[in-house]
Amino acid sequence: MCTTCGCTSHDHDHGHHHHGDGHDKRDHHHGEPATQGRETIAVETDILARNNRLAAGNRHLFREKGLFVLNLVSSPGSGKTTLLERTLTDLSGTSRCAVIEGDQQTDNDARRIAATGVPVKQINTGAGCHLDAHMVAHAVEDLPLDALEMLFIENVGNLVCPAAFDLGEHHKVVVLSVTEGEDKPLKYPQMFHAADVMLLNKVDLLPHLDFDVERCCEFARRVSPGIRIFQLSSRTGAGMDAWYGWLGERRVEVIEKVTGAVTNR
Amino acid sequence: MHEMSITQSIVEICSEHAAGRRVRSVTLEIGELSGVVPDAVEFCFQACTRDTLLEGALLTIDRIPGRALCTDCQAEVPVHAYYDPCPACGSYGLSLLGGEELRVKELEVD
Repeated sequence: MCTTCGCTSHDHDHGHHHHGDGHDKRDHHHGEPATQGRETIAVETDILARNNRLAAGNRHLFREKGLFVLNLVSSPGSGKTTLLERTLTDLSGTSRCAVIEGDQQTDNDARRIAATGVPVKQINTGAGCHLDAHMVAHAVEDLPLDALEMLFIENVGNLVCPAAFDLGEHHKVVVLSVTEGEDKPLKYPQMFHAADVMLLNKVDLLPHLDFDVERCCEFARRVSPGIRIFQLSSRTGAGMDAWYGWLGERRVEVIEKVTGAVTNR
Repeated sequence: MHEMSITQSIVEICSEHAAGRRVRSVTLEIGELSGVVPDAVEFCFQACTRDTLLEGALLTIDRIPGRALCTDCQAEVPVHAYYDPCPACGSYGLSLLGGEELRVKELEVD
């Protein structure tokens, strides 16, 4: 049995295999009325409690290892993997990084990341639409955490579901490419609300598009007033230095917090 | 469609509390801003409860309205979406007080 989470699965396949075969939507509201002999149990339990507990475990581990962890979320095709390739290559001399890749199928992204020389672990969620804390807890078992400073988790490309699942990261970073439309923050407010940083990617394409950058940023700030926004292009490298600057500053803050906590104990 | 895994968690929580007894009804609290669609949970509930102690249980979903404190004018206001401005002063600086709940409230068992 797994000691991290108590799961009994040996292959750690945590996909969703419970899709019902019938679509006979019965009406739940015509059940039997309460009768004597029945007992009401006050449960008052957060439905995401298990995920949150496992995420807290991940967070504790990351703190112990002095590891700065980001959860990259976006719709499919926003350029997360290319952004990571560029980031990892440019930071290779200064930061020791690793990546967890989440996709429904294939290890294509893991192979692209591996080509940059950093440790990478691919999670295939099967039919699953998001990563959860349990999957991440097992994925980090295969990474050399003691030798790392930063961990990037590339979530499944999906602007809806990953918003609800804490993985234990320090920040959710939402990637939005300028080919997608400036009203994405309003159409998918949950995700932009959950994110602390927005990377507006592919800005090298702006001359060819009608994308209104100011409007997009305004929409993002409506949903998440404190959100940090970086405009960049991982193809040309424009704007990447500001993103690296933020990464470096935040990582130092996180590590100092850990060091401070140890000193004060 | 994260409602499927949300609903699987609901079934796990209920089965744990039912401790072998048949579950007749389940009451959930789902906040207006939780990002979870009650209809989708109802749909998934059918599939996820089959062959469990919850099969055939009555599902009741209490919707919790969104509420926020405006950090500019200090009014306590209703919110229906994350991008709603303060209805009193128009500011977007709202600090949420409620509406993100996702909870199993109670069960009725034999």
